[in-house]
Amino acid sequence: MMRLRHGHRAGAKALLGIAMLLVLAPLLAATDIDARFSSLGHKMICSCGCNQILLECNHVGCPNSDGMRNELTAALQRGQNDDTILESFVQKYGPTILAAPPAVGFNRLAWVMPFVVLALSFVCAILIIRSWKGSPLSAAAHAAMPSAVIETIRRETDI
Amino acid sequence: MPTFGSFALLLALSLSVYAFGAGALSLLKSGVAFDRLGETARRAGIATFGAVLCAAVALLWSAFHDDFSVAYILHHSNRDLSAPYKFAVLWSGQEGSLLFWSLLLAAYGFVLRLRHKVDVRLVAHASVILAAVQVFFLLLLNIAANPFAMTEGAAPPEGNGLNPLLQYAEMVIHPPMLYLGYVGMTVPFAFALGALIMRYPGEKWIHITRRWTMVTWMFLTCGIFLGAHWAYTVLGWGGYWGWDPVENASLMPWLTGTAFLHSVMMQEKRGMMKVWNVWLIFTTFLLSLLGTFLTRSGIISSVHAFAQSNIGDWFLIFMGIVLLTCGAFFFKNRSHLKSEHKLESLVSRESSFLFNNLLLVVSCFAVLWGTLFPLLSEAVQGNKVTVGAPFFNRVNVPVALLLLMLTAIGPLLAWRKTSLESLKRNFGIPAAIATLAAVAMIIGGIRPWQDVAALYSLMAISLSVLVAATIFSEFYRGARVISGHSGQGIFASALQLTRRNTRRYGGYIVHFGVIVVAIGLAGSAFNQEKEQELGNGDSMQIGSYTLTCRSYTQDSRPNYDSEWAIMDVYRNGKYVETLYPERRFYKASQQPSTIVANRSTMQEDLYLVYAGRNNDTERPIIKAHINPLVSWIWAGVLLMVFGTLIALAPSALPVRVQRVVPVPAAAEPGAAGAVVSGAGD
Repeated sequence: MMRLRHGHRAGAKALLGIAMLLVLAPLLAATDIDARFSSLGHKMICSCGCNQILLECNHVGCPNSDGMRNELTAALQRGQNDDTILESFVQKYGPTILAAPPAVGFNRLAWVMPFVVLALSFVCAILIIRSWKGSPLSAAAHAAMPSAVIETIRRETDI
Repeated sequence: MPTFGSFALLLALSLSVYAFGAGALSLLKSGVAFDRLGETARRAGIATFGAVLCAAVALLWSAFHDDFSVAYILHHSNRDLSAPYKFAVLWSGQEGSLLFWSLLLAAYGFVLRLRHKVDVRLVAHASVILAAVQVFFLLLLNIAANPFAMTEGAAPPEGNGLNPLLQYAEMVIHPPMLYLGYVGMTVPFAFALGALIMRYPGEKWIHITRRWTMVTWMFLTCGIFLGAHWAYTVLGWGGYWGWDPVENASLMPWLTGTAFLHSVMMQEKRGMMKVWNVWLIFTTFLLSLLGTFLTRSGIISSVHAFAQSNIGDWFLIFMGIVLLTCGAFFFKNRSHLKSEHKLESLVSRESSFLFNNLLLVVSCFAVLWGTLFPLLSEAVQGNKVTVGAPFFNRVNVPVALLLLMLTAIGPLLAWRKTSLESLKRNFGIPAAIATLAAVAMIIGGIRPWQDVAALYSLMAISLSVLVAATIFSEFYRGARVISGHSGQGIFASALQLTRRNTRRYGGYIVHFGVIVVAIGLAGSAFNQEKEQELGNGDSMQIGSYTLTCRSYTQDSRPNYDSEWAIMDVYRNGKYVETLYPERRFYKASQQPSTIVANRSTMQEDLYLVYAGRNNDTERPIIKAHINPLVSWIWAGVLLMVFGTLIALAPSALPVRVQRVVPVPAAAEPGAAGAVVSGAGD
């Protein structure tokens, strides 16, 4: 009897869960589409020449941004994935429609270079520090100026 | 008056050429006659300021008297323009901006030349270099971009008006601040080059220009953030930084200037990084010029490119000359720039400054690289690409996080060498506080594993807490020492501590301002936005706010027509305020402009934009944003300025030094500034 009651409760919970899922599914899907609309809309710029992010283009009478936003909404409602949508916009408006270059081919250089420079500069810094540690001191600059003056300056600029 | 202005510009050019030529000759030759010649060059430099000032006054006079026979006034002013904006006409267009640049340069030169007794020979060198830069700008003004050029044919009765985007109170302050920053970098540049030419001891030129550099940096900081605030409140896209090439152009010299402010301490304190410092200030000056080149040449498309022309070529040639001159003197006198000390440990204040500089310069490179990559792509691939906010955010945020980390660790490191025990002792409590802050944020609902923006935000806020904790611990340790000696309370002791070493503790306040800004920037990961058409009585929901359109209307003013909505704002069902998002249409320029309605609190901004009207229903379209923590950015900037002013003030009670003793390795880093009388080093 207890087991039957427990089974009934489990079934009721499952039914409740399914019902909630059915009710909430469109809302969740809508939220997902909203999030994707925002994400994709920030990955493209308006084609009118204002150089602004598509969803941030706000000048009065812009001939392009409303149409592009509608295209984006339609593509999302058709169930296209993000890559397909971006590709279709690139084909229609050209590569400059993307707010950042895609990391393929020569454009990969744009993404890689700052981090390569960062890594190289750190390596160089460590090499410089090592060379400093091994090199003798230069007395030339000291000799060019009385040490009392140097000490005064350093005392005044104590940090 | 335009004729008077043109004459003043010509006179200024003649005086500058004389100041440069006679000044250079007096430095090359020795003797009483050449000393006198040098003095006349100095006076010519001083007189240049008077002549350029006359030209600027003539242009303003033309603006205030609606003299549309002057083409510049015709294109940038109109009769109904209010007085403050007529004043802003001076820097609202290309020719006026260049005149304003020249005026500020002449003003800096005026002060510098009056204070020549601080070091007659070095100031004479710097004065010649300043005169050379002035000659360039005055050549431009007299030949390529004359602000007094006349209108073709009869003067029209009405002007085209000032760009509506510039008709905003902050626009009267933002450009002058930015220009003061850009132009001010010429002074440390002139001293650095002058000192290199005459093989002058490094510490002294840095000591003389320290305040110049800090003031200049402060102006540049104010200019950049005023621009961000202007973009936020006027452009109406809900953000404050769009990584536009002109914004980037102002950020680059700021980054290298910030690096310079840190690295000069290495030279002052330890006689190190002399080559780096010289090139850093050369680069900062060149980057100031590059910004103007990028905007004026038209090679990079920018929303700021109000006036493009061929003066970009002039800037390119001038930058080439500057680079060659700097390079030539560097190779000639580089032996003079050898380091006095060696680095003793990787775990030291010197190392932290070195890595801080690398990160700032790499960040500057990333901005420059992203700004110029479209050109490179076009040259290599044959087609341009757009490099916008997604690129700059992704590349710069990790670097900025590393910088925050160094800002936390740096002050805890002693000069020369820090023991790991000392680091652990000083770092333990701040690290624990930062970890607690991160845990609290995760409990509060931030999910760093779901979204990279949330991860960055969490890291930025945690590291900011870490920096704040180290700063407070520094103040506390120093104040405790003074309190122990004097018996004063801890707050009075902290105040006295700051007054005794304004540079060090002012610097900490600047760092505190930086982390407040960082927290504000981190809030952008949680921005929300929504757009909806609203009729009378309609409502929209965003976050915890309900926005009800009470009404919408329109009006006509002499200078513009406007339409706006009256929006009642409710939070969690409770009325809080009425906001009036507005759209203006300026009659003279035939251009629209947005007047954003913003309800700003320390927690978040509710930012409403009148996006336009639906042509079919005639009802307004309202765009609403919730931007968390934006006020922290502006508060942080005020703290940065306050800290800089503290650092500029002379220390009230200089540390008395009885005898010079070396810094003990692994010394308590907070102790140096706290000692009442003892080793000042």
